[in-house]
Amino acid sequence: MTHATSMGLDSRKLAFWTFIGSECLLFGSLISTYLVYKGQSVVGPYPHEILNIPVTSLSTFDLLASSLWMVLALAAVQRGDMKWAKIWLLGVAIGGLIFLGFQVYEFTSFVHEGLTLQRNLFGASFFLLTGTHGAHVAVGVIWMLTLWVQALRGRLGPQNAITVEIAGLYWHFVDVVWIIIFTLVYLLQ
Amino acid sequence: MSNPPSTGLRSWLTTTDHKRIGTLYFWTAFAFFLIGGLEALIIRAQLAQPDGSLVSADTYNQLFTMHGTTMVFLALMPMTAAFFNWIVPLQIGARDVVFPRLNAFSYWVFLLGGLFMNASFLIGAAPDGGWFGYVNLTGPQYSPGLNIDFWVLGLQILGVASLAAGFNFIVTILNLRAPGLTMMRLPVFSWMTLVTQFLVITAFPVITVALVFLLFDRTFGTNFYVPAAGGDPVLWQHLFWIFGHPEVYILILPAMGIVSEVLPTFSRKPLFGYTVVVYSGVLIGFMGWGVWSHHMFSVGLGPIADSFFAAATMLIAIPTGVKIFNWIATLWGGQIRFTTAMKFAVGFIAMFIIGGLSGVSHASPPSDLQQTDTYYVVAHFHYVLFGGTVLGLFAGMYYWIPKMTGRLLSERLGSWHFWLTFIGMNLTFFPMHFIGLLGMPRRIYTYAPELGLGTMNLVSTIGAFVIGLGTLALVINVLWSRRHGEPAGPDPWGGATLEWSIPSPPPPHNFDVIPTVTSRLPRWTTEHPAAPSAPGSAVHVPPGSWWPLVAAAGLPIMASAVVTKLLALVFLGAAVLVFGIYRWAYEPFEV
Repeated sequence: MTHATSMGLDSRKLAFWTFIGSECLLFGSLISTYLVYKGQSVVGPYPHEILNIPVTSLSTFDLLASSLWMVLALAAVQRGDMKWAKIWLLGVAIGGLIFLGFQVYEFTSFVHEGLTLQRNLFGASFFLLTGTHGAHVAVGVIWMLTLWVQALRGRLGPQNAITVEIAGLYWHFVDVVWIIIFTLVYLLQ
Repeated sequence: MSNPPSTGLRSWLTTTDHKRIGTLYFWTAFAFFLIGGLEALIIRAQLAQPDGSLVSADTYNQLFTMHGTTMVFLALMPMTAAFFNWIVPLQIGARDVVFPRLNAFSYWVFLLGGLFMNASFLIGAAPDGGWFGYVNLTGPQYSPGLNIDFWVLGLQILGVASLAAGFNFIVTILNLRAPGLTMMRLPVFSWMTLVTQFLVITAFPVITVALVFLLFDRTFGTNFYVPAAGGDPVLWQHLFWIFGHPEVYILILPAMGIVSEVLPTFSRKPLFGYTVVVYSGVLIGFMGWGVWSHHMFSVGLGPIADSFFAAATMLIAIPTGVKIFNWIATLWGGQIRFTTAMKFAVGFIAMFIIGGLSGVSHASPPSDLQQTDTYYVVAHFHYVLFGGTVLGLFAGMYYWIPKMTGRLLSERLGSWHFWLTFIGMNLTFFPMHFIGLLGMPRRIYTYAPELGLGTMNLVSTIGAFVIGLGTLALVINVLWSRRHGEPAGPDPWGGATLEWSIPSPPPPHNFDVIPTVTSRLPRWTTEHPAAPSAPGSAVHVPPGSWWPLVAAAGLPIMASAVVTKLLALVFLGAAVLVFGIYRWAYEPFEV
């Protein structure tokens, strides 16, 4: 964007910060509902019987690591090092896919253990909260792959590093939300 | 550089010009306002006499639900959006909003969402659970039909439109101001737009979540609001009103902004206490988040919660009262011209005071418990939403339509419009205070003659039809003036802000040269500066785009999956949406 802006901030970036502010209220409502309904389910399975902290710690670690790849991808794009930019962008996408794989595994095993959307309040609020987060990760993966394809076609470079920066804001935000979910849902049972 | 086409259907379908999008918002909102008003007239006709038999109880439920939903989401909010679109870029000295295609997307999503919700009438299953949609009434057990599905999905679609517009206008106001136009020189209407949009982007995600829960309860058999499974219907009430109360300010703050422009212009005085008016508006925005449970006193939340929300509700009257005093002080000693816009602005102050006072009266839980779910509440919120928002919007129409069309509205017809509306609304809504306090509940389709409320209800009904006549005068005025109105010229009122410095209607690029602002009232304090030099080259106007419309079309297709039970529509709608977004992202489009 070539125009000077009143605040000196890129408009797309500013818009994205307002979007993140809005998303905070979305996840805030979902997390609040989960917490309000904690212990209110009248039938099991209950959280402590089913949540698998070791496995989820692995997927959490994977998602956190992908945030680091994201930082490295942006740095590479900014300095015009497109070889590493492609590698890191693909890395972020793969990190996201691995996280989603863990989530698919987790959801499947929960359903086998009897926890479904309909089973109890824990199931409903848990699946909707983590599912919404997973949907955000999935959108992020598609976004990263799109950027990666752009980079392969030679359409990404320091001149439009801002698009990678904004994708990075999104990715880090989704990551921070997961840290909150992991803490409140998994660790503080 | 090819300019966008300027006439024909295609030019409207692909437009990204904020002024044209504003015009689309205006006419769509106007049409929905008439539909919502028609629903109100049928409601009042039904209640004109005891034991009314015009409509069935079932139809009546659909009518009051769609009256409320239509007026809030399809008439008033989009009408404020029409003014945001038209006026904010002109007031801040910009050539367009910051994301013109996102702006078009907002409009198309709004239009399609409104059509989706109203399509329910075609199959005789319009939403019938009230605009607040309380569970369990709206849950699968008590509302098994498609009615509530249309409501839930329609609101979800409309929420997308509001959110997208919210991001767009916040960034536009923060980032596209003309050189020298600091935040404390920003016209109050643009300030109130900014506060409103912050409320939109924070309030709408909350109702989105509430609606997703309801959708899941209805479609997938979850138990979010089912008490037997440990769920709590009060959760819906909290989530709905955490959204719903800021929503009230989303509706009133733009009208306050309009009035803050109209009063100074026709008093020939700067707004009294500009800074305080702005800060009061911001404070209302913040405090609007801490009062939601006053809608829920009858739930029995306990003394601590009740006390907190009672105190917060009384406190929020302070910044509101401050604004009222500032408006009155603006009039004081001014050279007042009672144009139609001014009449509506002064009417706004008077009516909003009445609505505000009855509002404070149910800030107190013991008093509220006597009033809740009676016509007293109906009287209250119509004084703030009709006496406030609608009169404010009418003031804005008479003030700014000359800027939009280049022609003045008729003052004579305007006078008819004002007096019919003003008298009509007091006839309609004032008796409702008594009707409510004497015990008539809301949302009942008929009442017994023994209640002795027949006369007052008849007066109220007559008043509603008087408002209808007033609205007819407005319709005639707006249509007539398009051809026959007096040419307005760039500045028919001697306004102080930048929109009056350019021709009416403005050229596609608004400003030949972006102005430099040196004061809060640029047109009053600058001695007509040397005519700005002509731009060196033709000003670039972005071309139109099809993709906002295509992307928007994906949403109602996805929503149709729930009401038709065709899963494939989800994938089709998502494909259309994603396709539209990708084409949009990668089409050449230089702003």
